Amino acid sequence: MTKTMTGADMVVQALKDQGVEVVFGYPGGAVLPIYDAIFQQNDIRHVLVRHEQGAVHMAEGYARSTGKVGVALVTSGPGATNAVTGLVDALMDSIPIVVISGQVPTFMIGTDGFQEADTVGITRPCTKMNWLVKDTANLAETIHQAFHVSRSGRPGPVLIDIPKDVQFATSTYVTKEKIKISHYQPKLKGDIDAITALVELMETAERPILYTGGGVINSGPGASQLLRELAAATDFPVTSTLMGLGAYPASGKNWLGMLGMHGLYEANLAMHGCDLMINIGARFDDRITGRVKDFSPRSKKAHIDIDASSINKVIRVDVPIIGDVGHVLEDLLRVWKSRGRKTNKDGLAKWWKQIDEWRAVKCLSYKNSTTTIKPQYALQRLEALTKGMNRYITTEVGQHQMWAAQFLGFEDPNRWMTSGGLGTMGYGLPASIGVQIAHPDALVINVAGEASWLMNMQEMGTAMQFRAPVKQFILNNERLGMVRQWQELLHGERYSHSWSDALPDFVKLAEAFGCKGIKCSDPKDLDDAIMDMLKYPGPVIFDCLVEKHENCFPMIPSGKPHNEMLLGDADTQGVIGAKGAVLV
Amino acid sequence: MSPLNIKKGSSSHSAYDLRDSNAQAEESHTLAVIVENEPGVLARVIGLFSGRGYNIDSLTVAEVDHTGHLSRITIVTRGTPAVIDQIEAQLSRMVPVHAVHDLTADGPSVQRELALFKVAGKGEARIEALRLAEIFRANVVDSTLESFVFEMTGTPEKIDAFAELMRPLGLREIARTGVAALARGA
Repeated sequence: MTKTMTGADMVVQALKDQGVEVVFGYPGGAVLPIYDAIFQQNDIRHVLVRHEQGAVHMAEGYARSTGKVGVALVTSGPGATNAVTGLVDALMDSIPIVVISGQVPTFMIGTDGFQEADTVGITRPCTKMNWLVKDTANLAETIHQAFHVSRSGRPGPVLIDIPKDVQFATSTYVTKEKIKISHYQPKLKGDIDAITALVELMETAERPILYTGGGVINSGPGASQLLRELAAATDFPVTSTLMGLGAYPASGKNWLGMLGMHGLYEANLAMHGCDLMINIGARFDDRITGRVKDFSPRSKKAHIDIDASSINKVIRVDVPIIGDVGHVLEDLLRVWKSRGRKTNKDGLAKWWKQIDEWRAVKCLSYKNSTTTIKPQYALQRLEALTKGMNRYITTEVGQHQMWAAQFLGFEDPNRWMTSGGLGTMGYGLPASIGVQIAHPDALVINVAGEASWLMNMQEMGTAMQFRAPVKQFILNNERLGMVRQWQELLHGERYSHSWSDALPDFVKLAEAFGCKGIKCSDPKDLDDAIMDMLKYPGPVIFDCLVEKHENCFPMIPSGKPHNEMLLGDADTQGVIGAKGAVLV
Repeated sequence: MSPLNIKKGSSSHSAYDLRDSNAQAEESHTLAVIVENEPGVLARVIGLFSGRGYNIDSLTVAEVDHTGHLSRITIVTRGTPAVIDQIEAQLSRMVPVHAVHDLTADGPSVQRELALFKVAGKGEARIEALRLAEIFRANVVDSTLESFVFEMTGTPEKIDAFAELMRPLGLREIARTGVAALARGA
């Protein structure tokens, strides 16, 4: 059955057909027809944000916590340019979102019209794909294609720019079943010869390690299950990037903790000393590798990735396997089992003994205080008091983010939302709202630093309006903590503009928004204060005043390999040379 | 390390192409990129090169399949083998890209470029220019009493050589199309 409708109605109909339940957006002149169509229906919920960047991060939080595609709707010009940071964030972290932007009418494009911007031009390098739809007849098909592209292969953000006259004009709606099959069909199955080559290496490896990343989570819950099965069956140790936390449970026997610049000692030394590295859905990011020349020098490396361009981009690998993590792990387990489930048991026993020695270093230990709240202590208490709850964590970017990754345990995928690749301060608050909208009954906590949090604090208005009881757990050191740490280590303790004078009173700020504010500065009061936050049914801004000069360890200084980690302040004297200082 | 037991060409992607990964010398490669002919597709491809710091020595583009709306972009680029592999992988993953062929790596290919040369002069120089044009099988497509426009098709090297010879004879302007290339054989 064919139906004729306006472009604006097509947008709403296509979103419904794609299973969209909620759209995060902000109206404006060039999207008014779509807002009119949204007004006249009840199937799709619209969440009004306070700034378009917030809309995109909410869509990201929604997508990461559900595995579905997140949707944001913005107007032309400034609406679209405000969305750019979120688009790049989603591109770097492979998050499937669809952003729909309004545009000036087709006959005005190129005339520098009011609120006109070359949105597809600006967002071309910020998206996996984008489209300017100039004819209503192509609109429905383009939207269906956009969802297909966003979620297929390596997921990512896409943008559809729709001029206002295209929204008003009428044409025939095309259902998603009727569109022509896209040529874009990334390969899911890995090459079986390459998988067999990896199994051969697994059978003899003395010091293997599974290095997992966000690709495991993007592949779906089945991939996480297969990873757990693989680790249990082979007894190989598991480490993960920031993006992959939760794919393997933090309570699991084989878990080494996160690796990388602020990763755990045992994880990084195992990466450095292994003889077989199996990269599953990670991308050898510079936060992970440190100095590339000295990265895991004695290992054979296998790399499973759905994006062929990730392979051999930074680190040359011996066994490249292009495919979806879930599909490849399934084949890998099947081949390994059919060849007799062999591992090098003697080698593994020695390897675990070595790992246990590294674990005994207790690299996360810190000097606690009875008078000041240490940020690590705050997170340990948060972990203890929320363990076992139906909990989702988002973060901002900086020291608190690394401490959260170190001290909070994730048992399942899709429970941890953080800006990894782009490192977007201001991500966490809107992301937490997106997560809460998707999971209304869950406990959603944004672990934040006060500086990051202020970047998008206007979204507390969104949290209030849409009754999203998000908990903003702010580790307030009145500093840009990570910047301050680098200035201490790299720039002769010249703390150039890394402190925030004139911070707001967060409790009064909470009252101004109409939510609950809690302030805590004494370690003795911390548990009660956290419990107050957890018991309160609405949004909470928790101002946790912590030690101002705490540094985040362990740390691999820039330009250093994994085996030259700093474990504490005593190790830091003159460690970063001029060559390391130019790196970020 | 010894090459693994993976057949070359077992996948369309060059990650399986086990060339010497440590070679640091830059190579010139001609890539044929088959893309959907849609607005912005050329900007997308060029943006990849500028955004990631790759070289473009020559670029040509035109629709080659009017019913399928497919264009062929021929790019001559330079880089170490690792960089060339990256360029191919980055191009291949773009949504509107249907196929990427490395004509340099895949075997022998035919490469041709068309160029127009405006040469102005009188007397002996003018006669010499015409004589050389005959040797190079260039056609005269415009003539005045004081100038010629020569048209020539050939490899970029041949066009370079002809341009060098014309320079002292009054070369005023050159227009080149960039390289079009096809693999030899069926």
